[in-house]
Amino acid sequence: MKRIGDILLSKESGSEIMMGNTAIVRAMLEAGVRVVTSYPGSPTPEIAAAIASIPSKRNPMYFEFSVNEKVATEVAFGASVNGHLSCVFFKSVGINVAADSLVQLSLMELIGGMVIVIGDDPGANSSQNEQDNRHIAHLSYTPVLEPSSPSEVYSMFLEAARLSKQMHLPVIVRLSTHVCHAKERVKFRDLSSEVRDDEPRFSIENGPYIPITADALGMKRRALTKLQGFKQATSGLNLNSVIAGSDSTIGIITAGAPFLSLRDVLSESDRSPDILKLGVIHPLPEKEILDFLSSHEEIKILEELDNILEMEVKALAYDSKLSTKIIGKRDIDDWIGEYTPDKVSQVLSKTWPDVVEPSQVERESFSLPARPAQMCPGCGHRSAFFAIKKALRESDITVADIGCHTLGYLEPYKMGQVLLCMGHSSGTASGLALFNNSRRVVAFLGDSTFFHAGLPGIVNAVFNKHNFTLIIMENGTTAMTGHQDHPAVGRNFREVTRKIPVKKVLEGLGVENIREVDAYNQSKLKLLVEQAVEEEGLKVIIAKHPCMLKFTRELRRNRKSLPNPVRVGRKCDRKYVCIADFACPSYQIAEDGPVWVQDDLCIGDRSCVQTCPSEAIESDDQ
Amino acid sequence: MKRFDIYIIGVGGQGIGLLSETLLRAVDHSGQRAIGADTHGLAQRGGMVSSHLRIGNDVHSVLIMKHSAELVIALERHEALRGMVNYLREGGTLAYYDTVWQPLEVRLRRAKEVKKDDIEREARNRNSKVLSVLKEDLKDPRMQNVVLMGTIAHNNLIPGVSVEHYERALSDLLGGELLEENLELFRSVLKQE
Repeated sequence: MKRIGDILLSKESGSEIMMGNTAIVRAMLEAGVRVVTSYPGSPTPEIAAAIASIPSKRNPMYFEFSVNEKVATEVAFGASVNGHLSCVFFKSVGINVAADSLVQLSLMELIGGMVIVIGDDPGANSSQNEQDNRHIAHLSYTPVLEPSSPSEVYSMFLEAARLSKQMHLPVIVRLSTHVCHAKERVKFRDLSSEVRDDEPRFSIENGPYIPITADALGMKRRALTKLQGFKQATSGLNLNSVIAGSDSTIGIITAGAPFLSLRDVLSESDRSPDILKLGVIHPLPEKEILDFLSSHEEIKILEELDNILEMEVKALAYDSKLSTKIIGKRDIDDWIGEYTPDKVSQVLSKTWPDVVEPSQVERESFSLPARPAQMCPGCGHRSAFFAIKKALRESDITVADIGCHTLGYLEPYKMGQVLLCMGHSSGTASGLALFNNSRRVVAFLGDSTFFHAGLPGIVNAVFNKHNFTLIIMENGTTAMTGHQDHPAVGRNFREVTRKIPVKKVLEGLGVENIREVDAYNQSKLKLLVEQAVEEEGLKVIIAKHPCMLKFTRELRRNRKSLPNPVRVGRKCDRKYVCIADFACPSYQIAEDGPVWVQDDLCIGDRSCVQTCPSEAIESDDQ
Repeated sequence: MKRFDIYIIGVGGQGIGLLSETLLRAVDHSGQRAIGADTHGLAQRGGMVSSHLRIGNDVHSVLIMKHSAELVIALERHEALRGMVNYLREGGTLAYYDTVWQPLEVRLRRAKEVKKDDIEREARNRNSKVLSVLKEDLKDPRMQNVVLMGTIAHNNLIPGVSVEHYERALSDLLGGELLEENLELFRSVLKQE
């Protein structure tokens, strides 16, 4: 068996099949990164999984999951101004949480260097939007490199780290979902065993580090000067490249994963344009772009998400009085979705139908039942939602938050009707409760999110005396992103720590009305909700049950068997509560009406037994 | 080989990750270039999951275009039909594990369960071959992926990849008892088929 940790630590150069999220960790080690921080979020958590595969005693890097992206950014910043090369990584929308600190970084002399790795999510595969984080690079005067494949992730991270350290500025490496998760054979160099410098080198002589009044403007000037310098520093590094096509009158400027989609789409074409593939996407390599523009009659900007590149290239052409025709986005469709090969084919055919034929209409439209994500068999959230729904009226308003429990918004539960982002639920619920005496407001919140961004909304509700019921769905882990530990668990990434229990924190914040219940105890949970919604002020119910996916995985890992699956007994008179209301995916229905249990799925948790009005669900276990 | 695209589809929790990584490594062991990607994120909670695997020197994106896969591999019957309809090319091959995990719409009786005949009929419309496999006495449902891998190996569904390459790939990814169990199952499928 190959151990990824051994490969990552291999002194010799070599090659291995790796996803982008693994290749970047090899690059971190080669670059001499000392401090890495993160908050889990798709598409980046496998970076932490790769770091976790390195035996802790042999790992030269300090890693932590911080409580949120902003704190993670600050920890990496602190390490950098003390002389350590650092790296922070998080998902697309994580940058919104980090922004308050992140926008200041370019003003600072980052003497150790600092690389910010962003996992953007075009297509919103696992995010609440598909925001284009190149905008924040412009806003914060931060240079950006954008790889398109795992091999480029590896090589561009090395460049980013080197330049960041050399120029004392932050550098963003912008990944996207299918760059993070792409797998290929990646060649890597040898790993030098240089002696690490642990001297704390922070000094105000390197500053100023206090961006107040006049100094803030001087620091901005320094940031802009460095950004200009980055252009020179990257020219000649071959981070951008031109690929010749068969028709040299037309050209395409593109970057990142869409570049690879484009190569596939053009491989069948008789008339293929030249391609300028950008690796440095901010600040743009002006000379290379102008050379490319002036040597073609028509240029298409093939750009996923927003039209940032298009606007910049058009401005460049205008200033240089170039007459080259520049074609950017044609319609709203071009702004939406991931630029997969299918999408690129569609986008390009609108501009040059003779380069890419418009795809034929989908063959027959075939209606197949969709299979959206759902809560796992045995999930405590399902049990909780089933009970909570019974305690509420149709007219009551339920506020979702981010986590596995967001899935409660789906049929048949329909619990959680509005969602912004992590930790919004208390604030949004507070607003929904204003001028509202008739419709009771119930908000949901997960335990990892409680620490991430949930606390201010709760404090505000106590402080401003808001009136709603908050149900904290405590499953003892950060489940949706792959079971990372959080402050209430009693373990961090490296070691055992003191638990910070949710209930104690609530008490400390001044919440007086707190109830706690096992989410499998449906009758009690229903009763508590019925009581709470009729009371004044902020009421908190902690509905607890460990994540059963984590629990069953641990059982299996320890070679222990699960309890026996349940079965539907003779008492079943087809009221279908198990199927239609509780809706555990283990319950299946035969065409002629009987219900049966799919043993592949049932984990024998028996949280369903109490839901059957005919007491027909049987189990061999007690 | 210029290009051979494989689309793998299943339900979150069925072990599609191990299957796709093993196939990718088996192709790599056979000396051919392979790239690929799993879809992650929300889908892993009992939703539809897919994985793309591409073989050849002239492939770039890790994502396959619709109706272009030579081979669709599915771990569940409903997903087999979905994978064939969306990704299989005319004349390609579908190999699937014939278990049924009903989607919500079927459980709520708003849609019909997909039957074996539905798949056969649709395959005929596309001049495509279908291979279906089911092992009744399997001790752990999460080993269905290895049964299907045995079927793929036995029928030489991936050109240039032989039994030895699959076994080496499994040995890269698993160790100890788990490897022994999976190898034993893989070999037993080869014998039976």
